[in-house]
Amino acid sequence: MSEGKQRPEFSLPALQAGDPAEFARFVDAYSDVVYRMAVKMLNSTQDAEDVLQETFIKAFKHIREFEGRSSLTTWLYRIAVNEALMLIRRRTGNTISLDEDIQTEDGEQEPRQIVDWCCLPEEEMLSTETRRHLDDAIQRLSPALRAVFLLRDVEGLSIKETGEVLGLNESVVKIRLLRARLHLRELLTGYFSERVIPK
Amino acid sequence: MIMNDHTACQKLVQSLSEYIDGSLSETLCQELEQHLQGCQNCQVVLDTTRKTIYLYQATAEPGDLPGEVRRRLFKSLNLEDYINRENK
Repeated sequence: MSEGKQRPEFSLPALQAGDPAEFARFVDAYSDVVYRMAVKMLNSTQDAEDVLQETFIKAFKHIREFEGRSSLTTWLYRIAVNEALMLIRRRTGNTISLDEDIQTEDGEQEPRQIVDWCCLPEEEMLSTETRRHLDDAIQRLSPALRAVFLLRDVEGLSIKETGEVLGLNESVVKIRLLRARLHLRELLTGYFSERVIPK
Repeated sequence: MIMNDHTACQKLVQSLSEYIDGSLSETLCQELEQHLQGCQNCQVVLDTTRKTIYLYQATAEPGDLPGEVRRRLFKSLNLEDYINRENK
Protein backbone atom coordinates (compact mmCIF):
# COMPACT_ATOMS: atom_id res chain seq x y z
CA MET A 1 0.00 0.00 0.00
CA SER A 2 2.63 2.44 -1.02
CA GLU A 3 0.44 4.82 -2.99
CA GLY A 4 -0.02 8.49 -2.04
CA LYS A 5 -2.24 8.14 1.00
CA GLN A 6 -0.36 8.23 4.29
CA ARG A 7 -1.37 5.43 6.66
CA PRO A 8 -1.39 6.17 10.38
CA GLU A 9 0.44 4.07 12.96
CA PHE A 10 -1.59 1.69 15.11
CA SER A 11 -1.20 0.33 18.59
CA LEU A 12 -0.98 -3.43 18.13
CA PRO A 13 -1.64 -4.10 21.85
CA ALA A 14 -4.84 -2.00 21.59
CA LEU A 15 -5.96 -3.85 18.46
CA GLN A 16 -5.19 -7.20 20.06
CA ALA A 17 -7.06 -6.19 23.23
CA GLY A 18 -10.14 -5.59 21.06
CA ASP A 19 -10.22 -1.79 21.49
CA PRO A 20 -13.10 -0.80 19.16
CA ALA A 21 -11.91 2.78 18.67
CA GLU A 22 -8.49 1.62 17.52
CA PHE A 23 -10.06 -1.01 15.29
CA ALA A 24 -12.35 1.64 13.75
CA ARG A 25 -9.25 3.69 12.94
CA PHE A 26 -7.64 0.62 11.44
CA VAL A 27 -10.74 -0.08 9.32
CA ASP A 28 -10.86 3.49 8.04
CA ALA A 29 -7.19 3.46 7.15
CA TYR A 30 -7.30 0.28 5.10
CA SER A 31 -10.87 -0.31 3.92
CA ASP A 32 -10.44 1.71 0.72
CA VAL A 33 -7.44 -0.28 -0.50
CA VAL A 34 -9.00 -3.64 0.44
CA TYR A 35 -12.18 -2.64 -1.42
CA ARG A 36 -10.29 -1.44 -4.50
CA MET A 37 -8.23 -4.62 -4.62
CA ALA A 38 -11.37 -6.74 -4.27
CA VAL A 39 -13.20 -4.86 -7.05
CA LYS A 40 -10.28 -5.48 -9.40
CA MET A 41 -9.97 -9.13 -8.39
CA LEU A 42 -13.70 -9.81 -8.78
CA ASN A 43 -14.98 -7.19 -11.25
CA SER A 44 -18.07 -6.73 -9.07
CA THR A 45 -18.74 -4.07 -6.43
CA GLN A 46 -21.25 -6.34 -4.66
CA ASP A 47 -18.79 -9.22 -4.36
CA ALA A 48 -16.06 -6.76 -3.39
CA GLU A 49 -18.22 -5.47 -0.54
CA ASP A 50 -18.71 -9.04 0.72
CA VAL A 51 -14.94 -9.56 0.63
CA LEU A 52 -14.37 -6.24 2.39
CA GLN A 53 -16.69 -7.18 5.26
CA GLU A 54 -15.35 -10.73 5.59
CA THR A 55 -11.76 -9.45 5.55
CA PHE A 56 -12.28 -7.14 8.52
CA ILE A 57 -14.48 -9.63 10.40
CA LYS A 58 -11.63 -12.16 10.10
CA ALA A 59 -8.99 -9.55 10.90
CA PHE A 60 -10.87 -8.64 14.09
CA LYS A 61 -11.30 -12.29 15.01
CA HIS A 62 -7.68 -13.29 14.40
CA ILE A 63 -5.72 -10.15 15.30
CA ARG A 64 -4.58 -11.79 18.57
CA GLU A 65 -2.80 -14.44 16.48
CA PHE A 66 -0.84 -11.82 14.53
CA GLU A 67 2.81 -12.29 15.51
CA GLY A 68 4.40 -9.50 13.52
CA ARG A 69 6.41 -11.78 11.23
CA SER A 70 5.06 -9.72 8.33
CA SER A 71 3.65 -6.20 8.43
CA LEU A 72 0.04 -5.61 9.43
CA THR A 73 -0.54 -4.45 5.86
CA THR A 74 0.60 -7.65 4.17
CA TRP A 75 -1.27 -9.68 6.80
CA LEU A 76 -4.48 -7.83 5.92
CA TYR A 77 -3.88 -8.17 2.18
CA ARG A 78 -3.38 -11.89 2.69
CA ILE A 79 -6.79 -12.24 4.31
CA ALA A 80 -8.41 -10.13 1.56
CA VAL A 81 -6.82 -12.06 -1.32
CA ASN A 82 -7.79 -15.39 0.25
CA GLU A 83 -11.37 -14.17 0.67
CA ALA A 84 -11.49 -13.05 -2.97
CA LEU A 85 -10.10 -16.38 -4.18
CA MET A 86 -12.63 -18.29 -2.07
CA LEU A 87 -15.40 -16.26 -3.63
CA ILE A 88 -14.10 -16.95 -7.15
CA ARG A 89 -13.92 -20.63 -6.23
CA ARG A 90 -17.55 -20.61 -5.10
CA ARG A 91 -18.54 -18.82 -8.31
CA THR A 92 -16.80 -21.26 -10.63
CA GLY A 93 -16.94 -24.43 -8.59
CA ASN A 94 -13.26 -24.94 -9.34
CA THR A 95 -10.29 -25.16 -7.08
CA ILE A 96 -7.97 -22.21 -7.44
CA SER A 97 -4.51 -22.60 -6.12
CA LEU A 98 -1.85 -19.97 -5.81
CA ASP A 99 0.59 -22.84 -6.20
CA GLU A 100 -0.60 -23.61 -9.72
CA ASP A 101 1.95 -25.00 -12.12
CA ILE A 102 4.17 -22.24 -13.43
CA GLN A 103 5.73 -24.25 -16.23
CA THR A 104 4.89 -22.79 -19.61
CA GLU A 105 5.11 -24.14 -23.08
CA ASP A 106 8.00 -22.92 -25.18
CA GLY A 107 7.31 -19.58 -26.69
CA GLU A 108 4.26 -18.86 -24.55
CA GLN A 109 5.80 -15.66 -23.29
CA GLU A 110 6.88 -14.52 -26.70
CA PRO A 111 5.21 -11.28 -27.74
CA ARG A 112 3.09 -11.84 -30.81
CA GLN A 113 1.85 -8.37 -31.64
CA ILE A 114 4.42 -5.67 -32.28
CA VAL A 115 2.58 -2.40 -32.65
CA ASP A 116 3.73 0.80 -31.01
CA TRP A 117 0.61 2.34 -29.51
CA CYS A 118 2.43 4.51 -26.97
CA CYS A 119 1.94 7.49 -29.27
CA LEU A 120 -1.84 7.52 -28.78
CA PRO A 121 -3.17 10.62 -26.98
CA GLU A 122 -3.29 10.31 -23.19
CA GLU A 123 -7.02 11.23 -23.04
CA GLU A 124 -7.86 8.37 -25.42
CA MET A 125 -5.85 5.90 -23.35
CA LEU A 126 -7.59 6.99 -20.14
CA SER A 127 -11.12 7.26 -21.60
CA THR A 128 -14.12 5.50 -20.06
CA GLU A 129 -14.15 3.01 -22.91
CA THR A 130 -10.47 2.20 -22.43
CA ARG A 131 -10.96 1.81 -18.66
CA ARG A 132 -13.66 -0.77 -19.39
CA HIS A 133 -11.27 -2.59 -21.66
CA LEU A 134 -8.53 -2.50 -18.99
CA ASP A 135 -10.99 -4.09 -16.53
CA ASP A 136 -11.97 -6.76 -19.07
CA ALA A 137 -8.33 -7.53 -19.85
CA ILE A 138 -7.36 -8.05 -16.21
CA GLN A 139 -10.29 -10.46 -15.77
CA ARG A 140 -8.79 -12.59 -18.53
CA LEU A 141 -5.74 -13.34 -16.39
CA SER A 142 -5.93 -16.39 -14.17
CA PRO A 143 -6.74 -15.42 -10.55
CA ALA A 144 -3.17 -16.37 -9.56
CA LEU A 145 -1.61 -14.00 -12.12
CA ARG A 146 -4.21 -11.30 -11.45
CA ALA A 147 -3.39 -11.29 -7.75
CA VAL A 148 0.35 -10.89 -8.41
CA PHE A 149 -0.17 -8.06 -10.91
CA LEU A 150 -2.60 -6.17 -8.67
CA LEU A 151 -0.45 -6.43 -5.57
CA ARG A 152 2.83 -5.53 -7.27
CA ASP A 153 1.87 -3.09 -10.01
CA VAL A 154 -1.36 -1.50 -8.81
CA GLU A 155 -0.99 -1.58 -5.02
CA GLY A 156 2.75 -1.01 -5.19
CA LEU A 157 3.90 -3.83 -2.92
CA SER A 158 7.47 -5.05 -3.35
CA ILE A 159 8.24 -8.48 -4.81
CA LYS A 160 9.03 -9.68 -1.28
CA GLU A 161 5.77 -8.32 0.17
CA THR A 162 3.77 -9.77 -2.73
CA GLY A 163 5.34 -13.14 -1.99
CA GLU A 164 4.47 -12.82 1.71
CA VAL A 165 0.83 -12.03 0.90
CA LEU A 166 0.50 -14.95 -1.50
CA GLY A 167 2.72 -17.43 0.31
CA LEU A 168 5.05 -17.69 -2.68
CA ASN A 169 8.80 -17.37 -2.98
CA GLU A 170 10.21 -14.35 -4.78
CA SER A 171 11.29 -16.20 -7.92
CA VAL A 172 7.75 -17.50 -8.46
CA VAL A 173 6.37 -13.99 -7.95
CA LYS A 174 8.80 -12.65 -10.57
CA ILE A 175 7.85 -15.32 -13.11
CA ARG A 176 4.14 -14.67 -12.62
CA LEU A 177 4.59 -10.93 -12.74
CA LEU A 178 6.36 -11.21 -16.09
CA ARG A 179 3.64 -13.48 -17.45
CA ALA A 180 0.88 -11.18 -16.22
CA ARG A 181 2.52 -8.07 -17.65
CA LEU A 182 3.16 -9.69 -21.04
CA HIS A 183 -0.35 -11.12 -21.23
CA LEU A 184 -1.90 -7.74 -20.45
CA ARG A 185 0.42 -6.03 -22.93
CA GLU A 186 -0.71 -8.46 -25.59
CA LEU A 187 -4.39 -7.84 -24.82
CA LEU A 188 -3.98 -4.06 -24.80
CA THR A 189 -1.98 -4.18 -28.01
CA GLY A 190 -4.87 -6.00 -29.68
CA TYR A 191 -7.19 -3.24 -28.51
CA PHE A 192 -5.03 -0.19 -29.19
CA SER A 193 -3.53 -1.35 -32.49
CA GLU A 194 -6.91 -0.85 -34.16
CA ARG A 195 -6.66 2.78 -33.17
CA VAL A 196 -3.09 3.20 -34.39
CA ILE A 197 -3.59 1.53 -37.76
CA PRO A 198 -6.85 2.54 -39.43
CA LYS A 199 -8.71 -0.42 -40.94
CA MET B 1 10.70 -10.42 -33.02
CA ILE B 2 13.39 -10.38 -35.64
CA MET B 3 14.59 -13.83 -36.66
CA ASN B 4 18.31 -13.17 -36.97
CA ASP B 5 18.70 -12.28 -33.30
CA HIS B 6 15.94 -14.43 -31.85
CA THR B 7 17.92 -15.63 -28.83
CA ALA B 8 18.77 -12.07 -27.80
CA CYS B 9 15.11 -11.11 -28.17
CA GLN B 10 14.01 -14.05 -26.01
CA LYS B 11 16.61 -13.12 -23.41
CA LEU B 12 15.26 -9.58 -23.35
CA VAL B 13 11.71 -10.77 -22.81
CA GLN B 14 12.80 -12.97 -19.89
CA SER B 15 14.56 -10.01 -18.27
CA LEU B 16 11.90 -7.44 -19.15
CA SER B 17 10.18 -7.24 -15.76
CA GLU B 18 13.39 -6.89 -13.80
CA TYR B 19 14.65 -4.27 -16.25
CA ILE B 20 11.44 -2.27 -15.85
CA ASP B 21 11.67 -2.57 -12.07
CA GLY B 22 15.32 -1.51 -12.11
CA SER B 23 16.43 -4.70 -10.40
CA LEU B 24 18.53 -6.16 -13.19
CA SER B 25 22.28 -6.47 -12.67
CA GLU B 26 24.43 -3.78 -14.29
CA THR B 27 26.03 -6.23 -16.72
CA LEU B 28 22.70 -7.61 -17.93
CA CYS B 29 21.32 -4.11 -18.09
CA GLN B 30 24.10 -2.96 -20.41
CA GLU B 31 23.71 -6.08 -22.56
CA LEU B 32 19.98 -5.50 -22.84
CA GLU B 33 20.32 -1.82 -23.67
CA GLN B 34 22.85 -2.62 -26.37
CA HIS B 35 20.35 -5.06 -27.89
CA LEU B 36 17.56 -2.48 -27.66
CA GLN B 37 19.57 -0.01 -29.72
CA GLY B 38 19.50 -2.36 -32.68
CA CYS B 39 16.11 -4.04 -32.23
CA GLN B 40 13.09 -1.88 -32.80
CA ASN B 41 10.65 -4.71 -32.04
CA CYS B 42 12.08 -5.24 -28.57
CA GLN B 43 11.98 -1.49 -27.98
CA VAL B 44 8.25 -1.55 -28.84
CA VAL B 45 7.64 -4.50 -26.49
CA LEU B 46 9.46 -2.67 -23.70
CA ASP B 47 7.61 0.63 -24.28
CA THR B 48 4.16 -0.94 -24.56
CA THR B 49 4.74 -3.09 -21.46
CA ARG B 50 5.74 0.01 -19.48
CA LYS B 51 2.67 1.81 -20.82
CA THR B 52 0.44 -1.12 -19.86
CA ILE B 53 1.63 -0.93 -16.25
CA TYR B 54 1.27 2.86 -16.26
CA LEU B 55 -2.34 2.69 -17.51
CA TYR B 56 -3.36 0.34 -14.69
CA GLN B 57 -1.66 2.56 -12.15
CA ALA B 58 -3.16 5.76 -13.61
CA THR B 59 -6.69 4.34 -13.46
CA ALA B 60 -6.41 2.82 -9.97
CA GLU B 61 -8.51 5.60 -8.39
CA PRO B 62 -7.25 5.80 -4.81
CA GLY B 63 -10.40 7.61 -3.61
CA ASP B 64 -12.20 6.99 -0.32
CA LEU B 65 -14.63 4.15 0.23
CA PRO B 66 -18.21 4.97 -0.94
CA GLY B 67 -20.24 6.27 2.05
CA GLU B 68 -22.89 3.53 1.95
CA VAL B 69 -20.26 0.78 1.69
CA ARG B 70 -18.46 2.25 4.72
CA ARG B 71 -21.71 2.47 6.69
CA ARG B 72 -22.57 -1.18 6.00
CA LEU B 73 -19.01 -2.23 6.82
CA PHE B 74 -19.09 -0.51 10.22
CA LYS B 75 -22.49 -2.09 10.89
CA SER B 76 -21.20 -5.57 10.03
CA LEU B 77 -18.35 -5.04 12.51
CA ASN B 78 -20.59 -3.66 15.28
CA LEU B 79 -18.64 -0.39 15.10
CA GLU B 80 -21.60 1.88 14.39
CA ASP B 81 -20.79 4.01 17.44
CA TYR B 82 -17.60 5.06 15.66
CA ILE B 83 -19.00 5.74 12.20
CA ASN B 84 -19.33 9.49 12.60
CA ARG B 85 -15.93 9.97 14.18
CA GLU B 86 -12.87 11.09 12.36
CA ASN B 87 -10.91 7.86 12.50
CA LYS B 88 -8.11 8.75 10.14
